[in-house]
Amino acid sequence: MTTTTAEESVSASLETATIKSWKAPIAYAIFTLIAIVLFVVNGRDGSSRFRLSSEADLIQLPVIDAPTRLTCVVVVVLLLAITAYATWLSSQAKRVPLWLTIIFAAAFMWAFLTWAAAGESIPITGLLLGTVALSAPLIFGALGGVISERVGVVNVAIEGQLLAGAFLSAFVASVTGNPWVGLIAAMVAGVLVSFLLAAFSIKYLVDQVIVGVVLNVLVAGLTSFLYTTVLTSNTPLFNSPPRFPRISIPILSEIPILGPVLFRQTVIIYFMYVAVIVVWWALFHTKWGLRLRAVGEHPQAADTVGIKVNATRFWNVALAGAIAGFGGAYFTLGSVGGFTKEMTAGAGFIALAAVIFGRWDPIRATLAALLFGFATNLQNVLGAIGSGVPSEFLLMLPYVVTIFAVAGLVGYVRGPAASGKPYIKA
Amino acid sequence: MKLELRGITKRFGSLVANDHIDLVIQPGEIHCLLGENGAGKSTLMNVLYGLYQAEEGDVLLDDVVQHFAGPGDAMRAGIGMVHQHFMLIPVFTVAENVMLGHEQTGVAGKLDLDAARAKVREISARFGFHVDPDALVGDLPVGVQQRVEIIKALSRDAQVLVFDEPTAVLTPQETDELMTIMRQLRSEGTSIVFITHKLREVREVADRITVIRLGKVVGEASPTASNSELAALMVGRAVELTVHKETARPGAASLVVRNLDVIDPLGLKVVNNVSFEVHEGEILAIAGVQGNGQTELTEAILGLQPRVTGDITLNGEKLTGLSVRKILNAGVGFVPEDRTEDGLVGEFTIAENLMLDRSDAPPFVRRGNLQLGYLAEFAQEKKDEFDIRAQSITTMAGRLSGGNQQKVVLARELSRDLKLFVASQPTRGIDVGSIEFVHKRMVETRDAGIPVIVVSTELDEVVALADRIAVMYRGSIVGIVPGNTPRDILGLMMAGENPTGVAA
Repeated sequence: MTTTTAEESVSASLETATIKSWKAPIAYAIFTLIAIVLFVVNGRDGSSRFRLSSEADLIQLPVIDAPTRLTCVVVVVLLLAITAYATWLSSQAKRVPLWLTIIFAAAFMWAFLTWAAAGESIPITGLLLGTVALSAPLIFGALGGVISERVGVVNVAIEGQLLAGAFLSAFVASVTGNPWVGLIAAMVAGVLVSFLLAAFSIKYLVDQVIVGVVLNVLVAGLTSFLYTTVLTSNTPLFNSPPRFPRISIPILSEIPILGPVLFRQTVIIYFMYVAVIVVWWALFHTKWGLRLRAVGEHPQAADTVGIKVNATRFWNVALAGAIAGFGGAYFTLGSVGGFTKEMTAGAGFIALAAVIFGRWDPIRATLAALLFGFATNLQNVLGAIGSGVPSEFLLMLPYVVTIFAVAGLVGYVRGPAASGKPYIKA
Repeated sequence: MKLELRGITKRFGSLVANDHIDLVIQPGEIHCLLGENGAGKSTLMNVLYGLYQAEEGDVLLDDVVQHFAGPGDAMRAGIGMVHQHFMLIPVFTVAENVMLGHEQTGVAGKLDLDAARAKVREISARFGFHVDPDALVGDLPVGVQQRVEIIKALSRDAQVLVFDEPTAVLTPQETDELMTIMRQLRSEGTSIVFITHKLREVREVADRITVIRLGKVVGEASPTASNSELAALMVGRAVELTVHKETARPGAASLVVRNLDVIDPLGLKVVNNVSFEVHEGEILAIAGVQGNGQTELTEAILGLQPRVTGDITLNGEKLTGLSVRKILNAGVGFVPEDRTEDGLVGEFTIAENLMLDRSDAPPFVRRGNLQLGYLAEFAQEKKDEFDIRAQSITTMAGRLSGGNQQKVVLARELSRDLKLFVASQPTRGIDVGSIEFVHKRMVETRDAGIPVIVVSTELDEVVALADRIAVMYRGSIVGIVPGNTPRDILGLMMAGENPTGVAA
């Protein structure tokens, strides 16, 4: 018997060779160079203050006051050191670990904040609070994207699902005067968009990316049309939805920094926490999740064990739409309080990036969405405190971060094997 | 359980894949379904398994008519299938694959993985499989993956087990073990349908043999029938089972490969320190189980692999580092292992495919213009010469049968002025008639004094063609042996053992 040899994995027994990759050190070097030019050569004087708590907090933390130029120089030296270390690692044909990239990014961000806040003060809690809030639609959208792609249908229509959710929730909540009914309407709207996506891609085998793009345009056009013809005809009746109030969770909300950030939010955000955990757990620990992933990886194998591939895809795409639509309600019932034309402004596409950056994992995708939310809110905060950074640059920030995150850090990742491929039975 | 198929007819458009097929499988017998590629064996089994719906006919289990709307129904009725292309999810563990579709769950719908693991261990122990329930299926060798398929079927209490071309991916030793497993299953009362086109295996294990040709049952045979009887039944005429060739008269060493390494994107040495020579006028066969570096080796010779170290020289001229174009110009002909993926453009005509690798210079292209008149003449000539059965040279290559597609590839490569001919799996999935033709052309190429490399996972083909045989295992050449080396020694070498006394 050759069972002993058969048990070893073939790939494990092959000899390995070294491949040097210079991607990380080159990227580090470019950013270090930018840091030197911006923060040292073009450095600013004065001091930068970071507020860690607001007056209303039970526990007051001291304000950090840092001399701008000195801090920038110290951080830039740190960046240089990390770059040198990464170069050494690459020359030894070792992998540059992810944590090094995280430290590098954090240090760069610290220098940037210090530089931008010269002579000003930045409310850190406000920055993070807004991060969580602005990430909400991204996270819901990304969860919808993860479910849809894991089951094998590429979901480019997240943007449309968010927008449809935002529109219908505003309308229904205004008419009924009840934000809870609005939430349900948001889910219905997302599901309706999903039904179109599912029907065209699963039943009629139309290219999924094209259906998604078309749906986005369709929803944008339809909501804009209904906005001008219906909503604006009687704004108090049709487009004044009641908003969910912020709810402070007792005790938890008094934890320094984290408390105000995580636990003084609207009920939509609390639903979000639950949704992330539930989707993650269910995806990897339940029958539903196992079958869903099987269908997205190898539909034929799923079929041969009696799983109905196309039905599974159809209903899970619908579920994905419900979740993304729910996120759309955040725009109208959680933050803005009223529908405006194309108010999602590309959030669905950023959510799509979060799905890929998060490698089709609900938790990682959530972290990615938080990063993008942070970049968006940074733009708001820096704009508000009037730091000398040009506003055009700040507007670019979330998208620059997205491109670098997805292109630079992720590179090639393996998604669900059958994502985007229709299952055709003979 | 007694399985009966009565008058099964399955059509795909105008093609009749199964034409009123009757088949009875008695409890506790191994029933071989023998037929060429494309004879309709797999279609029949997919009907049985509920994957296809038959236009006419019935499936009966213990004389009760069954109606299978899908594989789920078939499984519930006690039919299990070990598919030719494994129906396993590579990113799942063994236990997850086995439980998929009939999962047991605990509190809050949590998957009961422990129950699945126990099931895997129980069945493994029964058959001496040694399968780790927590291993990722994608990391397992194919032989073990096949056992996972068997476990999967048995965990659903299959009474009838269908093996669809199960030996295509196995080493000879693994094949022997599979035969043992089949006999063990039979002694436990399981009915087994064994689909294959390999005569040797049929005669070894079958209790009864049914031969299918062009969608029809053409006869039954007993396991005592001779190879040539079975082959004649399968193909419909007398078949030459051996390739006629003169003794090779090798000339000077032409292709010299020295210390060749090929490194994959993960840094694994998929070809590890390989050295060999091929002489003018000889066929060197590279044997081995699929996935032991043969693909990468041939691609390295053609310049298709990005990370290659070592030397490849052809008649003293260095090939390493050259572009594919230059290597082709140096006179290397190549039949890739996947003709539909790498060998042809399915949406191009036969004529266009015949000039695919000569689109940069006269006579096919002058001043940037295709010479369509010349191409038509050339294509017609090659169509006749290589007996490509198609309506015309403007037929799309994708519409041809496997054998005719392969003839197109062969015609294209052999019509250049060759200094070396490399053929990867030249007869995979093609009919016996085409196999004979391909083999004949390869021997002719050799006799014209051209060095030939044949990569094959089929031991029959290796033995039939080779003047010398190099056996690859996990990226390395285990040994290079004469063409008349006994099969059992080759089999051991394919499992990585170098039997002493074999001259390298």
